[in-house]
Amino acid sequence: MRDRISIALQVNGKPYRLEVEPRRLLADVLRRDLGFTGVHLGCEHGVCGACTVLLDGELVRSCLMFAVQADGCEILTVEGLNASGDLHPIQRAFIEEFGFQCGFCTPGMILAAYRLLQERPRPSAEEIRRALAGNLCRCTGYADILRSVQRAAVLLAEAEETRAP
Amino acid sequence: MKPAPFRYVRPQTREEGLEALARYGEDAKVLAGGQSLVPLMNLRLARPKVLVDINRIPALGILERRDGELVLGALVRHRQLEGDPRVWEACPILSRAAACIGYPAIRNRGTVGGSLAHADPAAELGCVLLATGAVVVLESSRGRREVRIEDLFVGPYTTCIRPDELLVEVRIPAWREGTRWGFAEFTRHEGGFALALAACVVHLDGEGKVTSARVAVGGVSPLPVRLPEAEKSLRGAGLSKEGIAQAAACALSLEDYDDVHAPAWHRRQLGRWLLLQALQQAAGGGS
Ligand SMILES: Cc1cc2nc3c(=O)[nH]c(=O)nc-3n(C[C@H](O)[C@H](O)[C@H](O)COP(=O)(O)OP(=O)(O)OC[C@H]3O[C@@H](n4cnc5c(N)ncnc54)[C@H](O)[C@@H]3O)c2cc1C
Ligand code: FES
Ligand code: FES
Repeated sequence: MRDRISIALQVNGKPYRLEVEPRRLLADVLRRDLGFTGVHLGCEHGVCGACTVLLDGELVRSCLMFAVQADGCEILTVEGLNASGDLHPIQRAFIEEFGFQCGFCTPGMILAAYRLLQERPRPSAEEIRRALAGNLCRCTGYADILRSVQRAAVLLAEAEETRAP
Repeated sequence: MKPAPFRYVRPQTREEGLEALARYGEDAKVLAGGQSLVPLMNLRLARPKVLVDINRIPALGILERRDGELVLGALVRHRQLEGDPRVWEACPILSRAAACIGYPAIRNRGTVGGSLAHADPAAELGCVLLATGAVVVLESSRGRREVRIEDLFVGPYTTCIRPDELLVEVRIPAWREGTRWGFAEFTRHEGGFALALAACVVHLDGEGKVTSARVAVGGVSPLPVRLPEAEKSLRGAGLSKEGIAQAAACALSLEDYDDVHAPAWHRRQLGRWLLLQALQQAAGGGS
């Protein structure tokens, strides 16, 4: 019963090989075995969004997947956004606009915003609300979070311009 | 809390999947999107001994038009229904309803087969597929059977799928000229589960006469249901203001269903109101 399965994951651009019991949630493997503590566990039943990560480029709840299911997949956690050492524009925007209080919901909010801004670089307030509706903030700082995402859109557009020749 | 230990099998083909289900029988559970099963396991409300993960079976992921039908493999995700142009073209009500399921992260994983097998009384897909006249294909190592979607649901969270059976695909008649539809749901917050919802698919002939109508309501009874009375009255009275009001009132006679979220009388009133909206959308030419 307690068999362990060997899996390969690519997390924030780096490859990992490990042995896991099938019942281990992806969230726990990322947090405990690999040390990506930006993956937060709030509810463990898919409602709060704190454990959100990108799996092969798409948002998923890492509390609703077993790590064995992610075998061979690429994962992005909030740590991956500033892998180069500099804060990502979305992270900067959250600081500038007071988008977090205790910070518990923040990694999930930032990754949901990241995916939204990839799809829609200039989202409307309504689109931002819809995209973040599945992420709960128990400090209830929603107005500031909305502003942070709007600011992030501006910062990303500026970064894009300075990169262009 | 964390899930109890289980044995994990990951079949690569449909045959291997059916073999595993036949071997482990009642001890096994299919794992599709995991968006309903894993929460239950995390809370230890479910403790399957074996999980058969069907996510690596390519044949279950098909999405195609075939002989006047839209064919959806069990593993088609809600996100695909929401965005695929073939679905918008063949059966737009399905895309519209899929966009209302939970949140983007949930829709990226949740599947058509999982939603139907889980049989939540207020699930969007069950209700909408009732209105489209879909057929569900079930397979086991003993053979294959096709069931009409109205025969799939038996009660709240209960279907006629046997423990060794796999829901492999859903077949939906593609829409013809003159098809009108409507969909409405009530949720307490953006993306939340619907308290109640209503869907209708109506065919009109050249003169605007109703030739066939399928009307379904979810969240009002213990399982999503068709409303034959409403369908009959639409065939007689058409999509006139009075015809719509008369049909919508049929929701008031549905079976009692209450839970912590709402009493039965409230659900029935909501059902009537949502059906009114869905039928008005259909009368207006679509949605
Ligand atoms: C926060 C949150 C919000 C949600 N909101 C909504 C909502 O608004 N509306 C809605 O409809 N749903 C909602 N859901 C549920 C979600 O849509 C699920 O995707 C769906 O109900 C189950 O599909 P799944 O593929 O994830 O199935 P799983 O969780 O993998 O499985 C569910 C059940 O079906 C069985 N099963 C799965 N596939 C098959 C198959 N092919 N053959 C036989 N049995 C099978 C499993 O064994 C299990 O018993 C929500 C879920 C969460 C976590
Ligand atoms: S911990 Fe995963 S959604 Fe709450
Ligand atoms: S900042 Fe505290 S939970 Fe959102």
